[in-house]
Amino acid sequence: MTATIESMQPTFAIMCPAIVSILILLFGKWPNIRESWTLIAAIAQFLIVISMAPVILAGNIIECTFFTMLPGVDFGFSVDAFGLIFAITSSFLWILVSLYSIGYMRSLNEHAQTRFYFFFALAIFGAVGIAMSGNLFTMFIFYEILTVSTYPLVAHEQTPVALAAGRKYLAYLLTSGTFFLAAIVLTYYFSGTTDFVNGGIPNLASEASRTALMVLFVIFLLGFMKAAWMPFHSWLPTAMAAPTPVSALLHAVAVVKAGVFGIIRVVCYIYGVDLMSALGLGLALVCLATFTLIVANLFALAQDNLKRRLAYSTINQLSLIIFGVALLSYEGIEGAMMHIPFHGFMKITLFMCAGAIMVASGKKNISDMAGIGKKMPVTMIAFTIGALGMCALPPTAGYVTHHLFVHGCEEAGGSMTIFPYMLLIVAILDVMYFFPIIYTAFFKKSKDGGDCGIQEAPIFMLIPIAITAAVSIIFYFYPDLFYISDLVHTAISGLMGGHP
Amino acid sequence: MLNVVEHFPVLIIIISLLSAFTIFIAGWLNKKSCCFISFATILVQFVMSIFILNHVLTVGTIKYRLGGWAPPWGIEYVVDALNAYVLVILLFLALICVTYSKRNIEHELPRKIISFYVLYQLLITGLCGVTVTGDIFNMYVFVEIFSLSAYALIASRGKIALRASYTYLILGSIGACFFLIGIGFLYSVTGTLNMHDLSCILSTGDLYSSRVVQAAFVFFVVGLGIKMALFPLHTWLPDAHSFAPAEISAMLSGIIIEVSTYAFIRVCFSVYTVNFLKLLPIFDILCWVAASGIIIGSVLAIAQDNLKRMLAYSSVSQMGYIMLAVGLSVSSHHELWGGLTPALMHILNHALMKGCLFLVAGAFIYKADLWNISDFRGLGKKMPFTCAAFVLAAISMIGVPPSVGFVSKLYIILASLDSGKFVFVAIMLISTLLNLVYFWRVIETMYMKQEEGAHNHSSSRRDEVPASMLIPILILASLCIIVGIIWLAEIPMPIMDSVNSLFGLNGGMT
Repeated sequence: MTATIESMQPTFAIMCPAIVSILILLFGKWPNIRESWTLIAAIAQFLIVISMAPVILAGNIIECTFFTMLPGVDFGFSVDAFGLIFAITSSFLWILVSLYSIGYMRSLNEHAQTRFYFFFALAIFGAVGIAMSGNLFTMFIFYEILTVSTYPLVAHEQTPVALAAGRKYLAYLLTSGTFFLAAIVLTYYFSGTTDFVNGGIPNLASEASRTALMVLFVIFLLGFMKAAWMPFHSWLPTAMAAPTPVSALLHAVAVVKAGVFGIIRVVCYIYGVDLMSALGLGLALVCLATFTLIVANLFALAQDNLKRRLAYSTINQLSLIIFGVALLSYEGIEGAMMHIPFHGFMKITLFMCAGAIMVASGKKNISDMAGIGKKMPVTMIAFTIGALGMCALPPTAGYVTHHLFVHGCEEAGGSMTIFPYMLLIVAILDVMYFFPIIYTAFFKKSKDGGDCGIQEAPIFMLIPIAITAAVSIIFYFYPDLFYISDLVHTAISGLMGGHP
Repeated sequence: MLNVVEHFPVLIIIISLLSAFTIFIAGWLNKKSCCFISFATILVQFVMSIFILNHVLTVGTIKYRLGGWAPPWGIEYVVDALNAYVLVILLFLALICVTYSKRNIEHELPRKIISFYVLYQLLITGLCGVTVTGDIFNMYVFVEIFSLSAYALIASRGKIALRASYTYLILGSIGACFFLIGIGFLYSVTGTLNMHDLSCILSTGDLYSSRVVQAAFVFFVVGLGIKMALFPLHTWLPDAHSFAPAEISAMLSGIIIEVSTYAFIRVCFSVYTVNFLKLLPIFDILCWVAASGIIIGSVLAIAQDNLKRMLAYSSVSQMGYIMLAVGLSVSSHHELWGGLTPALMHILNHALMKGCLFLVAGAFIYKADLWNISDFRGLGKKMPFTCAAFVLAAISMIGVPPSVGFVSKLYIILASLDSGKFVFVAIMLISTLLNLVYFWRVIETMYMKQEEGAHNHSSSRRDEVPASMLIPILILASLCIIVGIIWLAEIPMPIMDSVNSLFGLNGGMT
């Protein structure tokens, strides 16, 4: 049933941001032209990516190979259903965030905007490259490009705080990159290939000993510090020193999702579900994820800075994705794959709201936001929708995936059946730190009364917020928007056959 | 009947030597002509070297008898894939540096233009000579020629550079002396100086177990170890590299220590052979020495504030990469990353990266007399192209794909896995992180830290170096990425394969 189609479509999709980054540099003196290039590229990329969906849904894989790097390792792109989900998410959100950043950067009159847009495009290049790589080596190349190109964005403000954040960011992520490289080379050494195969690389289990495979998995996990699992999470809250569009797209979608995307790739396409459960790695990973789930939420409770609180929430939600895939059950993996786009849309809403509040009122701390809901109703309603999603309450996309995770636990059986209660605790903690924000914004009266000048953020920022909030709700009623749920089902039926 | 290309090895040396004297005479008449004569000569040499490489790969090894005397008595020039490859790299970087030197030397050493180019041309002669010769004593002579010119060139700035040059002179002479003693020992046993002849007599005469032959090998290792700044014999290098003019630093780091490495490889594999190296655990020790050099060189580089000193220590670390790869060459047999392939790759890669970095450092000195990293604030705005080139070369040094540094790192890691020495994988990865620390500090200062006293961002105007300096820098920087992609893409590497089969390092042959 699976057919491989040679096509240049993935290359075109990946080249969009690469070409536009050069155009941005050339047209740096003319802001309007520069930003229209970004928008054109974003839309073009999304159209190309989405046009691949029907082909993939028919059970095909789109490939284009350029050259052989090492025997058995090609440099090339190979788009399957799972990769396409990530690509669709990043490219669609790039359009919205481009709009948003026009509003944000111009309102705050930020410096070095050309540099900002240039590296932003490069980062998208890296993210979409990761989504479409057909093997670990290709993925590593884009993984490193993503790391390096986001540094100037994190350190954008050039203040000592931002510089320290940038340094920490690089120190964590490039260290993690070397672990990733070590893991890739070891995998290659054991099995002679690093291609992503449905159900895992066949000869990996026979070539390496049990202990070696376990050690290798730990090295892989260290390689994916982008997933911000604890105790290697602290770069993410620090990186919130970046401008909000960067936090929104890169630290809610592209960078961190690249991390969990990589973990899912390794679990399902390098090790394979059977090998994972034979090694007992599933349970270990579930425990790690649960630890992060709870501890991240406890940290989040203590934050007063809105963006930092959202950052801890991101750490929590990323571990939820790891949790889902570590269940190694049909519905667990389904939930994990689906949560990548769902969480992306919800979290980007929250971040963009935080940015809008900052632009409109200059406020960063939750305790200062009393009564802001009345001044900025659209923003805060969108924020409420996103927050509901984080707490897994209907009618938002978050409910759908949490539902799947609970089912996944039951399906996995055994000791896994205890974990739905953990998820319940986590959801309660979510409520405990999101609802106070909503309460403060809508129902508390501001004390000093000096905020009378506050009004909604510029229209360029409001439109993307409204769209992502709306999509977060639409996903609840119609999860097949942008083919997401169909793609997830195609991906899993490739992995595990039909629904049990 | 000799093909015309077969005359090129000797012609390369003759025209270079003649050009040195021509520059001396022409310089009296017109100072400006020096640079052009030098440039033209090196360009011709470069074209010749490409012809040689092509000839070696298509027809076979070139053997040229000087004066028509048959080998054991006369001097013979032998060019196989290894020499041809090194020769092309050497002349390419020499060409880049001479282009760059035009404006830089007019600015830095306005009174010494003539002597600079005379010495530069002699340096090239020496380097080419070491590369093409097939006679070990002749090699020693050329080593001395390039070393003497290098001592003088390093001292050309005067003052503190004199001390640096003097240290190098002393240590370099000791190194050369050891090399000569090694040659003497071998001569006393075999009675010949021709490399091919030596290797035949040594292997057929069952002389590998002879103490004299083994002692000679140790003299070669230590003597050439000093010349190529192998840790812990690197102490002359930081001073010499940091006080020389930029293009000489680039040549020192990118070519001179590499040519000494070439001499080492040649002695190990052409005079002695793989069988000798397998007899003693010498290459295992070499691996460990190189590995400690990699780490310690990087750690010392972190401690530097002077950019050129930092780059110099980084060279110590990079020479460790090359020597680690050489050390692994005997035990790793894979057709792609086995043998000398990673070492030869890194010789080219390091020449590109370090050449570029030193030229950039020179550009900062040329423009604003900036030596220290902490003074680089705001340079990213003032000199955007130079700084961009620095970033490209620096991320190559760190080993971010798809740059040349990444390819070297990958191949050395694969080679150490292949020989079952997992510890070197860890060493390479740690070294990546150390490189990150000291290079990123520079990048951060250039781009992210604001100039003191500059309140608005538009205050700093663009102020680039002249085109004749900028273009060489940009060529090297872009090659750092382009060559990286070529290494990754072009799987069949005829040069490497032919070198490996020449030295019996192929998987099939051992």
